[in-house]
Amino acid sequence: MATTKLGFIVQRPPYKSENPKLALTHAIASQSVEVYLNDGDVVTADVAFIGDGVLNCLKDQKAMEQYDLSSTESHIKMGLLVDLNILVCKEDLEKLGLTENDIVLDAEEFGADLKINVVPYQDINKMMEEMNHLLFF
Amino acid sequence: MGKFTIGCFASLVGSMNLDFAVKLAGAAMEKGHKVDLWVSGNATMISIKGQRAFKDYSSLEKPLKELMDKGLNVTACEACAEARGYTKDNTMEGVKRHSMDWYLASAFDADRVLHIGGE
Repeated sequence: MATTKLGFIVQRPPYKSENPKLALTHAIASQSVEVYLNDGDVVTADVAFIGDGVLNCLKDQKAMEQYDLSSTESHIKMGLLVDLNILVCKEDLEKLGLTENDIVLDAEEFGADLKINVVPYQDINKMMEEMNHLLFF
Repeated sequence: MGKFTIGCFASLVGSMNLDFAVKLAGAAMEKGHKVDLWVSGNATMISIKGQRAFKDYSSLEKPLKELMDKGLNVTACEACAEARGYTKDNTMEGVKRHSMDWYLASAFDADRVLHIGGE
């Protein structure tokens, strides 16, 4: 029995490229990875939004109305629903003039128990140190 | 010898990242390492067979086939490929197609993971 911890670090803004959404869909795929592994082996996924990547967390995104696409916000909520640890860099939010009131913090409407954690960069750094592998998007 | 997982998300034409990833895979295999290459997003372009090789554009079918013959494991994200109209029928022989959890499973027992993001 073994656990491999993957850290998904999202630095790019939403809708400019596919990267943030691919980070989230790959992280969410940690829920079904067992089909390829031996019994008891686990892959965990933690997600951190840093730099311009924090813009992915803005709430009330209108991607469906504007582009007929599922929003990055809905992917974040799906991540919470499957119990991903999702961190958002406090300093980078502040740098962009944003507060916790501007971003999605939970997915209660989907029945998710976990909430997004807005944390100082040093906490994200600590998370990254704990990972086996880091994937930058 | 170790296991090396490379994830590449950049397109074949318009970026040199896939060229680098394939060269790196070859170099690692020459040193005796096992290599998994996962292509997702625009990088699934590499999985299409019969691409015409121009000297002005990256074309990796030949080196990729040579490396696959030597044991390189290449897997494309099925959803990313289908979203781009890359079907199973026009996928290069030897390239597998799986869902995203395959990449995570490959990372599970990899000694090193090199993730090369998209554009």
